[in-house]
Amino acid sequence: MQANEAIGAYTLLRIERGGLEPGSPGQFFMLEAPGRLLPRPMSLCLAPAGELAFLVDPIGPGTRALCALRSGDAIRVFGPLGNGFDLDVERPLLVAGGIGVAPMPYLAETLGRGSALLGFRSPRHAEAAVLLPGAEVVVEPRLVTELLPDDPGDVLACGPEPMLEAVRARAPHAQLAWEAPMACGYGACYGCVVEHEGRLQRLCVAGPVLRGGL
Amino acid sequence: MTVPILNASGCLDALTAAEVAQTLDVFVTKTVTPLPREGNPPPRIAETELGMLNSIGLQNPGIEAFLDDTLPRLARLGVPLWVSVGGFSVQDYAQLCTLLSGREEVTTIELNLSCPNVDEAPETAAEIVAAAREATPKTLYAKLSPATWDIAETARAVADAGADGLSLVNTIRGLALAPTTLEPTLERGAGGYSGPALRPIALACVYACATAVDLPIVGMGGVSSGRHAVALVAAGASAVALGTVLFAEPFAARRVRVEMTEAAVALGYPSAAALRGKAHKSATFANLSAL
Repeated sequence: MQANEAIGAYTLLRIERGGLEPGSPGQFFMLEAPGRLLPRPMSLCLAPAGELAFLVDPIGPGTRALCALRSGDAIRVFGPLGNGFDLDVERPLLVAGGIGVAPMPYLAETLGRGSALLGFRSPRHAEAAVLLPGAEVVVEPRLVTELLPDDPGDVLACGPEPMLEAVRARAPHAQLAWEAPMACGYGACYGCVVEHEGRLQRLCVAGPVLRGGL
Repeated sequence: MTVPILNASGCLDALTAAEVAQTLDVFVTKTVTPLPREGNPPPRIAETELGMLNSIGLQNPGIEAFLDDTLPRLARLGVPLWVSVGGFSVQDYAQLCTLLSGREEVTTIELNLSCPNVDEAPETAAEIVAAAREATPKTLYAKLSPATWDIAETARAVADAGADGLSLVNTIRGLALAPTTLEPTLERGAGGYSGPALRPIALACVYACATAVDLPIVGMGGVSSGRHAVALVAAGASAVALGTVLFAEPFAARRVRVEMTEAAVALGYPSAAALRGKAHKSATFANLSAL
């Protein structure tokens, strides 16, 4: 554990990389949540030299324990896991809502181009936009989908389910990063299934980035 | 002689994590049923203070696809394979055992007699074991539920019916409510409770069954350290299985294996296997056969 930095309502966890690869944008890691039985899935936010950084929203006992970590603490980290974004895109447009901003900085950095649209529920949450310089930002009651142009190009999105559904309605071929409760993150528990292509599939193995919807 | 470490059925998919499966002495498949099952709708898992609940509902491709596609791929892992089977009648279990009999990749069939997340077969465990025994010459393990008043009685009944070993224990039914809505967290309501809270329950079951029958026992329930494993062995288990711990720590078997020996040595035994049954008064405890 290197450091914890508050970024608005969120916390950026900076962890020593050790022998772990950062993986590709949209992939995730399982982070041990101190004092809890199960680890928590977090997509990689940034990959500074020698570090892995995760943006965490302290919404429950596990994420609060992660945000309470201090420099020098050690946690178990397992990954990278799952399938990230397909980076072979012509005109990338990054769209994120709330904590869905988490994978976007690493995605933007890897792509090296493309613009970004971000939506947050409060000005304090919107401070996370600092991680993605140049992004267009809206705060509720305005919604990020209002910013989508008529021809949005290749949309790569992450956010709450209603937002992803709304994005998909406007951009049927969008790559969408979904979320589900996970116990293991590597296909062992069958806990994270979502209905995709007409059947229940493990999001950790089939996703978390899926083309089209659930 | 060592104490083999297995995975608890349903707690590992060797096809998505081959290198994890290869840390085990035996890989036990997720339960296979006669027909494909999509499983229960999500949410399927919930963390609680002292364990976790799951309600997967025996999601599996069905025996046909399992034999054609899954089993050949599992065989390539180079780890001995146990196949867990489940059904909704005596005939289901017999059919599954018959179909698996011809497959040399399979060393043992584990009869899942106790999934808390599906409606169970109406027949007793002993009736199912008897039908399975008739259907296959393969080694048969009966996986029992801890939610029974006298598990030793069930153990004697399945032993008499021809079981070659016991897997103890399955999860126990539990319920979690969402803190704000007070509605069940899991879509299906209750689920199977596993993790640390199951440990003393599993220990009691192994302890009771070890004196009731002379069968090898795979002990499982909340094991996450060598000391936990050693306790099950002392209670009478010949092998231990890891379940929930694999979700948080995929390679836990390596650590537990080392810790088990360390714990045994610290207690003055040459190995973990050497302290098998030590929880019982040695005069009355019969030596257990090896796994």
